[in-house]
Amino acid sequence: MNVGILKIAVAVYLVATGLHLAYVVALKQAVRRWAAWATWGAFGLHTLGILVRFVEAGYTPITSLHEAMSFFAWCVVGLYLVLQVRFDLPSFGAFVSPIALSFVLAAVSLPSQIEPLPPALDSYWLPIHVMLIFVGDGAFALAAAAGVMYLIQERQLKNKKRMGKLFHRLPNLEVLDQVNYMCLTIGFPLLTVGIITGAVWAQQAWGTYWSWDPKETWSLITWFLYAALLHGRLTVGWRGRRAAIWALIGFASVLFTFLGVNFVLPKVFPSLESLHIYYTG
Amino acid sequence: MEILVVGLSHKSAPVEIREKVAFAADCLQDALRGVRGVPAVREGVIVSTCNRVEIYAAARSREEGIEGLFRFLSAYHAVPDEALRPHLYVYAGPDAVRHVFRVASSLDSMVVGEPQILGQVKDAYEKASEGAATGLVLNRFLHKAFSVAKRVRTETRIAQSAVSISFAAVELARKIFGSLEGKQVLVIGAGEMCELAATHLMENGARGVAVTNRTLARAEALAEKFGGRALGFEEFPKHIHEFDIVISSTGAPHLVVDAEDVRAAMKARFQKPMFLIDIAVPRDIDPRINDLPNVYLYDVDDLQGVVEENKKERAKEAEKAEAIVASEVEGFLSWLKTLQVTPTIRALRERFDAIRQAELEKTLKAFGDGLSEKQRRSLEAMSQAIVNKILHEPSMYLKRQADDPELELSVDAVRRLFGLEDPHSEDPP
Repeated sequence: MNVGILKIAVAVYLVATGLHLAYVVALKQAVRRWAAWATWGAFGLHTLGILVRFVEAGYTPITSLHEAMSFFAWCVVGLYLVLQVRFDLPSFGAFVSPIALSFVLAAVSLPSQIEPLPPALDSYWLPIHVMLIFVGDGAFALAAAAGVMYLIQERQLKNKKRMGKLFHRLPNLEVLDQVNYMCLTIGFPLLTVGIITGAVWAQQAWGTYWSWDPKETWSLITWFLYAALLHGRLTVGWRGRRAAIWALIGFASVLFTFLGVNFVLPKVFPSLESLHIYYTG
Repeated sequence: MEILVVGLSHKSAPVEIREKVAFAADCLQDALRGVRGVPAVREGVIVSTCNRVEIYAAARSREEGIEGLFRFLSAYHAVPDEALRPHLYVYAGPDAVRHVFRVASSLDSMVVGEPQILGQVKDAYEKASEGAATGLVLNRFLHKAFSVAKRVRTETRIAQSAVSISFAAVELARKIFGSLEGKQVLVIGAGEMCELAATHLMENGARGVAVTNRTLARAEALAEKFGGRALGFEEFPKHIHEFDIVISSTGAPHLVVDAEDVRAAMKARFQKPMFLIDIAVPRDIDPRINDLPNVYLYDVDDLQGVVEENKKERAKEAEKAEAIVASEVEGFLSWLKTLQVTPTIRALRERFDAIRQAELEKTLKAFGDGLSEKQRRSLEAMSQAIVNKILHEPSMYLKRQADDPELELSVDAVRRLFGLEDPHSEDPP
């Protein structure tokens, strides 16, 4: 049932993404409105799908890779909708919706049956820790999307000779930088508290706060990257291009912590198997 | 009824002629009376701007109307006919409609897409309708022109991008800063170009203008115009970090703004973006500054490049606009055509109805009280049916003729056949 709803949501996401991209090309206000409605619709269905799974499984559905991918996309879209209400950002959807779409597509293509919760995950820390981390990562995803837009727009402004089509279609630099900063101020505290709750949970589950497990190590690296960016912004005025590039590097690190540690690292360094595995059924 | 346009514009006449035939605002009502005084002309509007002088008229006859307007223009401005005529253009019927729609949509302007012309045409129309110089035809016609202009503006991006250097500067500033609200502007040099660019920036929200110039007195004079302050030429590099936008146009043969100064300024201003506009030739600002992060430097050629790009974009949008205009012309013309037969059909109907009423009255009187209510109603219905059936064919004939160039003849024949009064003796309804 829940997967069925998610599949419908994916179809609507597909339509929304198409409309967002069409808006960038055609620049018609009507297309933009339809894209917004489709995104809200897909998000609503997605929310319903997650709730139904929650009820059917009896635990917070963020344990398997299917669930994690779906929940991450849900965070990205939810935060995007919040930002879109707060700022008026033409074309932002065209950069965000492909990210969300690729994660929900991955989610529906993965095994999705509900399994009994493994004992290691049976804790009230599960929803707290994982949600904090994912909402934070969602904010970082949006910062990265705004960063890409910033770099394109900045390039247009610097390479004056070829003022391309995108110049008129992208928001101004100031607002993109603001979005970047705002996402950072949302994501960083969440990541920080997420890591702390994770340590507390680890103490309860495995008897040690910190075991230098690859996932822990990478999340610490990610934390340092964002800490450096925040520090640079506040003290020496890192902004604009520099902040945009850091937001991209940071998000790459987020993705590696999220997926690379489990799927890439063990292939390269078989000894570095993480304790944080996805329950893939 | 024929719609006519007689006029001249920057495309057809040099400025010396345009000056001579321009209508001053305070004698416009008088001129409108003059237009209405042309025998064939029934309604008129005069558009007079620095780039064009045009008379829009609804006239009973094409030739008489055109000739009359020619004579009026030449007499009113005391310009000999032969000096004026080669510069005038004339449009009638569909061409006139198309022309006015294009003018209002700014497709005929020197800068295609510039928004002022619509306001000017609206003004001209208001003046004319205040003076009761417009009637059914021009009212409908110009309102249609305004709605076409609006459609063009909303459905194309014809006016979206800036096509002059100082507007391009504003457009770029917006892409960098978002809003210009409260942005500080430094003007280096007190020349006209600087003044123009700074004025546009301020009109869009920029504040706190400072002017610096080698001659301090000139800097002070310009600063006063903006309600800003003057800065000594030697000390401005120390203050450059206070400004978000720097416009430079001095006559100096060498660089005036140094890359090192800007680098230091960026540090001092915490890397907040800076936008520099160099409109001097030779250049005032070190071009290497553009390589600094968060610094955007545009020189005259860059701005010109932006303007050219935007013009190309506009030309593309103009094609879409022409298609909109073409379809709207069709719509308006078909209204105009039906307008020409409507009064005749109505007159015909009134005429027949009057006869029917009179005859019915007589018949009913002859019967006295001999008729029941039901019989009375039957008689009335029968007379009505006869009139309708008889009028059906002539009405359809006239409506079909609406597309015929010889319409006037048909209308005339119908009017004479049924003894209707002259169609031009009173305003159409």
